[in-house]
Amino acid sequence: MKNNGSKSSATKMLLPKCPTGIQGLDEITGGGLPRGRPTLICGGAGCGKTLLAAEFLVRGAVQFNEPGVLMAFEETEKELTANVASLGFDLAGLVRQKKIVVDYVHIERSEVQESGEYDLEGLFVRLGHAIDSIGAKRVVLDTLEVLFASLPNEAILRSELRRLFRWLKEKGVTAVITAERGRESLTRHGLEEYVSDCVILLDHRVNDQIATRHLRVVKYRGALHGTNEFPFLIGDDGISVLPITSLSLNHLVSTDRIATGIPRLDAMLGGKGFFRGSSILLTGTAGTGKTIISSNFAQAAGQRGERVLFFSFEESPNQIMRNMHSIGLQLEPLVKRGLLRFHSQRPSLCGLEMHLATMFKEIAAFKPHVVIVDPITSLMELGTVSEGKGMVTRLIDYLKAGQITSLFTSLTQGGHVLQQSEAGMSSLMDAWILLQDFEGNGERNRVLYVLKARGMKHSNQIREFLISDHGIDVVDAYIGASGVLTGSARVAQSDLEKAAMLASQQEAAQLKREVERKRKALERQINDLRADYETEALELRRIAEQVGTRTLLLGTERVASGLLRQADIKVAATGQGKRRNGNGIP
Amino acid sequence: MKTKSIKSRATAKRRPPAKLWQLRLYVLDSTPRSQAALANLKRFCETHLKGIYRITVIDLLKQPQLAKGDQILAIPTVVRQLPKPVRTIIGNLSNVENLLVGLDLRPAV
Repeated sequence: MKNNGSKSSATKMLLPKCPTGIQGLDEITGGGLPRGRPTLICGGAGCGKTLLAAEFLVRGAVQFNEPGVLMAFEETEKELTANVASLGFDLAGLVRQKKIVVDYVHIERSEVQESGEYDLEGLFVRLGHAIDSIGAKRVVLDTLEVLFASLPNEAILRSELRRLFRWLKEKGVTAVITAERGRESLTRHGLEEYVSDCVILLDHRVNDQIATRHLRVVKYRGALHGTNEFPFLIGDDGISVLPITSLSLNHLVSTDRIATGIPRLDAMLGGKGFFRGSSILLTGTAGTGKTIISSNFAQAAGQRGERVLFFSFEESPNQIMRNMHSIGLQLEPLVKRGLLRFHSQRPSLCGLEMHLATMFKEIAAFKPHVVIVDPITSLMELGTVSEGKGMVTRLIDYLKAGQITSLFTSLTQGGHVLQQSEAGMSSLMDAWILLQDFEGNGERNRVLYVLKARGMKHSNQIREFLISDHGIDVVDAYIGASGVLTGSARVAQSDLEKAAMLASQQEAAQLKREVERKRKALERQINDLRADYETEALELRRIAEQVGTRTLLLGTERVASGLLRQADIKVAATGQGKRRNGNGIP
Repeated sequence: MKTKSIKSRATAKRRPPAKLWQLRLYVLDSTPRSQAALANLKRFCETHLKGIYRITVIDLLKQPQLAKGDQILAIPTVVRQLPKPVRTIIGNLSNVENLLVGLDLRPAV
């Protein structure tokens, strides 16, 4: 069985590992615990040592077909069975199937009297018998240190323990030994002296009234391992360790684009909306409409037939649905059709890690296309900035691996200076839309702009958006000399422009009328002049006629007088012949 | 079954015979330590419990499954089954004083 003799060999990566099956732990340790060697798990009271050890054993029996022996020094078989049953492990069933042997070792100090020399062969016999009876590959000793309280002679105990670990190695079983955390050392009784291949430290810390468990691989001889402190949690299905960077950056990406539900916003994002599987950050101060935009996004996805998981940390599902109703968004039908699921929880209900685990579980169960977290900031407030960022990183990694589009809203405290958490988060986000208030003229107006959108052409303009009975309307904001004009100022500006337009139109019309009038006046003048002229011409003709008549008359009179005088009769007679009927001859 | 029963031949005069002492000696193989323990136990019983004791020797090499029942860890171990309550003495029984205390034959000092 024992196949890894030399520890100094250069074949680091070839060190055989024994997978624990515990989510995340195998990733940190690069495949599991050292096979055929003992591993020490130490930690304070209630940090999950026994559960970790029990899970190692149960998963070994169930998933890897490696039977195991659990030697319990603290809890009886019945207690253990009940305790691990809460994690969904059927210990009693596995015992019946001969996959696991539980041996409860108990010595009451008051009932034991020492007389002369002894050794702990009895323990070896029991363990050996248990291992051989089912062909066990894994052994858990929980918690061996109880023996220090039960047996009076520590010198014998120590030498026997040393022998025990050597014996376990010779047996070739992968052993897990749990131990209480000591004040100065890793374990109370210095067990780390004997178990030096792999040491895992568990820790349970309370920060701001919220407890978080941490796991750290202190030592792993002959193998590379994650040295950080990793948060872990105990959920309904056992322990999950959450490595900060559980995935390398190699997710598949999609060129598929999905609409936001707000046509003008899509237009700002190159006309097509966000990339599928991208992470979107929506930041804004209170009341800037983050939830409304999120709900729009949810509705748009639901109408495309995609599943949406909405994590709400501020409002209950019913409240969101009612509020969205007021702007004409109907979310209930989507909920009824099973396309939209709400998950509402108070952030302070549990620690960050527990929230994260719950979210992972919900996501795994619902398999959504779109995940909305509203707001992510109330979650991040539960931990320190780095914890919060770590959490978001893990969440985004997880979502990206499944090509799930994620929308996170972030509540900012106002002002234009970005907060540290936002600045930290921004590098994780593919798109960032900023919602802002503009205050002025005794009113507050909402504007939005696209701060960044990786991989697509996007509008650089600030747009105002209006929330009305029929949803969101994004309109162009006026940009004047004094900055962006929004709200009534925008309307006023618009009115002003309209008035100016009207005025110039009126002016033009006035001018036209004037010209017309002038033209008409001119025509009138021309007509007058012509009339004058005609009158004068008429007068002239009349005068001319008068003159003619007078001349004729004069002639006639002369003829007449000539007649009278009897002179020039012939001349007068010819002239008189034509004008007989004229003035006549009196 | 390599259990040896040793019943005292003489009938006890000082103690009522009803109060029979049942002792189990757990050993592993017949090592010198085991043999010493058995010898020590026999000598002790002859001295203090003459006629009212019964010793059962259990070799865990042959019957390892029996170790669980009496919660045996140390070898050798003597378990007093009767009279109640159960008493456990670990070691090769070389220390007679401790054995007397352990078997409630003498109050602990």
